[in-house]
Amino acid sequence: MTQPAKTDLITVNIDGREIAVPKGTNMIEAARMLGIDIPHYCYHPKLSVSGNCRMCLIEMGTPAFDRATRAPIMDPATGKQQIAWVPKPQIACFTNASPGLHVRTDTPLIRECREGVTEFLLVNHPLDCPICDQAGECKLQEQATQHGRGYSRFVEEKNVKPKRTAIGPRVTLDAERCVLCSRCIRFCKEVAKDDVLGFTDRGSFTTISCYPGRELDNNYSLNTVDICPVGALTSTDFRFQMRVWFLKQTNSIDTESSVGANTVVWSREGVIYRITPRRNDEVNDTWMADSGRLLYKQVRAENRLTVARIAGQVAAEAEAIKAAADLLKAGDAVIVASGRSTVEEQFLAKRLSELVKAPVSLVARIAQGDKLLVSADRNPNVRGALVTKLIAQLPKPQLTELGAQIDADHVRTILSLGEDLAEAGLTPAQLAKVKIVYLGTHANATSDAAQVVIPALTVFEKDGTFINQQFRVQKFAAAVPGPAGVSGDLSALAQLIAAAGGITPPATVDAIWALLAAEVPALAGLSYRTLPETGRVIDHAEWAALPFPEGETLHYTPHRSA
Amino acid sequence: MPHPLERRVLFRHVDEPGYTPDLDCYLRNGGYETLKKAVTRAPADLIEEVKKSGLRGRGGAGFPTGVKWSLVDRKSGKPIYLIVNCDESEPGTFKDRYLVHQDPHQLIEGIMITCFANNVKQAYIYIRGEFPHGARILEKAIAEARAKNFVGPNILGTGYSCEIYVHRGAGAYICGEETGLIESIEGKRPYPRIKPPFFPAVLGLYQCPTIVNNVETLCHVRHIVEMGGEAYAKVGTPNNSGTRLIGVSGLVQRPGYYEIESGKITLGQLLHDICGGPLPGRTFKAIIPGGSSAKILRWGETFKIKQKDGSTVEWSVADIPMDFDSFAACGTMGGSGGVIVMDDSVSMVEALANVIAFYAHESCGQCTPCREGSQWIKKITARMVHGEARTEDAPLLKNIADQICGRTVCPMGESSAWPTQSYVAKFNDEFVNYEQIKKTRPAGAPKLI
Repeated sequence: MTQPAKTDLITVNIDGREIAVPKGTNMIEAARMLGIDIPHYCYHPKLSVSGNCRMCLIEMGTPAFDRATRAPIMDPATGKQQIAWVPKPQIACFTNASPGLHVRTDTPLIRECREGVTEFLLVNHPLDCPICDQAGECKLQEQATQHGRGYSRFVEEKNVKPKRTAIGPRVTLDAERCVLCSRCIRFCKEVAKDDVLGFTDRGSFTTISCYPGRELDNNYSLNTVDICPVGALTSTDFRFQMRVWFLKQTNSIDTESSVGANTVVWSREGVIYRITPRRNDEVNDTWMADSGRLLYKQVRAENRLTVARIAGQVAAEAEAIKAAADLLKAGDAVIVASGRSTVEEQFLAKRLSELVKAPVSLVARIAQGDKLLVSADRNPNVRGALVTKLIAQLPKPQLTELGAQIDADHVRTILSLGEDLAEAGLTPAQLAKVKIVYLGTHANATSDAAQVVIPALTVFEKDGTFINQQFRVQKFAAAVPGPAGVSGDLSALAQLIAAAGGITPPATVDAIWALLAAEVPALAGLSYRTLPETGRVIDHAEWAALPFPEGETLHYTPHRSA
Repeated sequence: MPHPLERRVLFRHVDEPGYTPDLDCYLRNGGYETLKKAVTRAPADLIEEVKKSGLRGRGGAGFPTGVKWSLVDRKSGKPIYLIVNCDESEPGTFKDRYLVHQDPHQLIEGIMITCFANNVKQAYIYIRGEFPHGARILEKAIAEARAKNFVGPNILGTGYSCEIYVHRGAGAYICGEETGLIESIEGKRPYPRIKPPFFPAVLGLYQCPTIVNNVETLCHVRHIVEMGGEAYAKVGTPNNSGTRLIGVSGLVQRPGYYEIESGKITLGQLLHDICGGPLPGRTFKAIIPGGSSAKILRWGETFKIKQKDGSTVEWSVADIPMDFDSFAACGTMGGSGGVIVMDDSVSMVEALANVIAFYAHESCGQCTPCREGSQWIKKITARMVHGEARTEDAPLLKNIADQICGRTVCPMGESSAWPTQSYVAKFNDEFVNYEQIKKTRPAGAPKLI
C-alpha cells in the first residue's frame, strides 16, 4: 500500500481569521471553508479559471520584505511582519494560497467593487425575472439583492440580443440574460470534450453561439443549464413548467449505468419536474448525462403497471401474490433477477430463491460507454447482486441457457423481477411454455404473457441503495408516492416469501439493512440511515478478479488483474 | 526638412528624397553593418548594451527594455519567442507605420539583433489588419533580407538561425495588448490573459517565454548597438534616454510626425515651434499627450512638481518636458507619443463622446467593468450630444469610470476610464451645463461625433 502524499498546508489570513489550506487552494474556496461567501459568477470549482466576471474582487496583501536586503519588515507595535497590501483589488478565484497571504473580503472598496460589477451586469439585463425560469435560483438575482445598490441609474436604451434561440435539442438560449461568464463554453471544451460553443461579436454585444453548422447536442448539454448562473441557458424540457421555489428536492441516484451519478429529483405534489446532478467529487463531480435527466418520464408513462392481474384479470395484490407463491412452490421455478433492483430487493430475492430452490439469472445490459458518466454496464446495481450473493458470476445479455432449459422442459415457472424476457432472448414459444410471474413497473411482452402481474415502484417512488462500479454503496429516497394500491417491490417480495412458507422478512429498507450488515461481511457496520449522502466504498477484494465490462469513466479506472 | 528642434535618428531617412524601402537602398546607407558586428559579439554583451542605454519601451508603458529582456525565463528549456508589436492602434498614434512603410530594413535589423541577443529562433511581426500595405512591404523586405542571409538559416555564417513571420491582425484594438496579441497569434479570440501568472516573459506565446516589443523600440535597439549603450544614454535626459517619435494631430498649424530628443523640448515648444501653434484666431484648449487613452491636459492648468533637490517648480502645460516621467508627474502619460490637440472650438462633451465611442466599440467584452461600463458611458455621452443632457450626467460619468478603473483584466479598462475621469474633472462646467452650451454653439463648429 502506498501512503497518500502528505498534503502541504499553507496558512492564509482571511478577514483576520487564519486557516490552513492545501497548496493550490484559491481564495474563494479558502473563504468558503471559513464560512465567508465571496460572490462570483464565472468561477466554477470544476472548471478552469477565466477571471472575467470581476465579482470576486478582494483586497490582497503579502508579508512585507525590505527591497534591498530581503529582510522581513516588522511592525514594532505588534511584533509581527508587516503586510504589503496590493493597491488594486485582485480576483479571489485566481489568487492561490501563499504563505502569509492576507485577504480582506469586506471593506468599503470591496463592497463598492461588488456594487459596481452588479450594476454593470444589470444595465443591459432584461430584468424579466417574473417570467424567467432561473428566478429563485439565479445568482444575478441573489447577488443583486445582496450587493446591488437597489435602484437603477441607467436611463439609456438596453442592448438587444437574440432571445429564445434553440442552440440544441434540449437547451434554449436567451442571449440578453447572459452575463458572458463563459462557464458553458469551458464546460463543453473541458468536460464534455465537445468544443461547440463560443463567443461571437465584441464588447457589450458579445453573444454565446454554436459553431456554424453545429448544435449543442452532446449528451451533457444540460449541464450548461445547471452551471449557467443566470437564465440565459434554460432546459427546453423544464422551461415554463414550474417555479423552482415550489419544488421539493430529494436526493437520488442516476440509474442509467453503473456510474451511479448522484442526482436531485425536483418534485411538487407528487409530480416530478426535473432531475439535476448532485455534487459528489468522487463519482460525478457536479455533472450528469442528459439521458439520465428524462428518466422521470417513466413515472407517468402510458404503459405503467398500476394494478395486479391474474391471467389478465384485475386482482387484489394479496391474491396475485398468493397465486405467484403457488406457482413458485410448485417447483421447477427460475428467478430472473435484475441489476436494476436495489440491494435490499436483491437480498430478498436471494432469500426467495433459496426458499423455493429456484436458480437465479441476471440480465446484463452492455453498450458503449462514453468515458465520462455513462459506463458500458447500463445496469446500476450488478455489484449489489454480487455482494448479496444473488449471483456469483457476471451476467450475460441473453438468457440462452434458460431458453435451452425451457426447451428441455426443466422449467415450469419464471419469476421476472422487472426484466423483459423477450428482450433477453426468450422466444414467444418459450414464453408460452412456462408460467410467468412478472413483478415490474411497466408493461411489456413479458407482462403481456405473464400469468401473474404484480406492479412495482420506480426508483423515484421508493427508498433504497445501489452499489456502483466503484463498489460504492449509494442511497436514494422516494421523491414521489407510487400509484395508489401499489405496495412496492420489497413488500411484494416479503409477502411472496411468507406465502411460499418462509419466515416473513422485514419489508422496510432500514430493517433489511440490519440483516445486510449482519449477514454480508462487506456491508458490516453500515446502515441505511447513517450511510453518507456521498456513499461509502466497501471492501470488494472478493470480486476484483471478475471481468467487469466497464472502461474508464470520470472517477473510475478499471481494475485489471495481471 | 526636419525642424531644427528635432533630432532624427529612426526617422533619418523617412521622407528623404530618393530613399526607397528596398534592401539595396538600405545597404547603400550602411544597412546591416550593425548586425554583422553584433553577431560576432556575445549575446549577453548586447543585452548589457541595451540595459546601459536606459531604453524604455515605446509602445506606451515605458518599461525598461533591457529589464524586460532579463526577465525572460531562460532556464525552462522552452524556445524563446520575439513578438514585434506593430498593432499601432491607439488613436492619435502614427509613428510605426512610417518606420514600416519607409524604412522596413531598419526594423528587421533591430529584430535580428534582438533575436540574436536573446537566442530567439522565431520572431513574429504582428501587424494590424488595417496596414495591408505595410504587411506587403515587410514580407518583401524579409524575403530580400533572407536572400542576403540576414534572416533565415545560418545567418552570416554564424550557425545562428532565425525566421521572421508576418502575422496580420483582423482589426481589433485589443490585439495591441500584449497578451491579447499572443492569443490572437495562437488563433483564439484576443482575450487578454490574467497577469499573474501569464506574464509573457514566462508563459507567453504557446506558453513559452516571449518578448513583446514595439516596432519603435526595436528600431532603437539597432541604433543602441551601433552607438553603444553609454553613448545612447547621453541622448535625451537621464531615465528618459534616446529620441522619441511623436505624432501630432488635431487643431494645430502643422500636424505630423516628428522625432525629438526625449525630455529636451517641452510640450509648448512642440506645439508652438515645431507645429506652428494654434489655427488662426483660435487658442489651445486641451491636449492629449500620449494617445487617446491618456488623461487629458487642460491648457491653462498648472502642476506643482517636486524636484530631486527638494525644491518645487510650477509648470504650465506648455512647460512639461516631452518624456515619460514628466507626463507621469503631471498625472497623465507620454504613452505612445500620439499628441492630440484641441482648441477652443471643440466641445469636450463631444470629444469624450468621440473617444468613448471608439473604446466601447473596441472593448473585447471579456470582463464586466470595461464591457458594460464603456458601452454605458458611450450611451450617456451620445445622448448628451444628440439628445438631452442632464446635469446629473457629469457625476454619473465620473462614477462609472471609477467603477471600471483598476478592476479589469487588462489596462483597457483604464483606456475608457481615464479620459472620462479627466474630461469630466477638468471641464466639469462644460459637462454640467452642456444642454445650455449646445444652444449657444455657433453654427459650423466642428462636430466630432
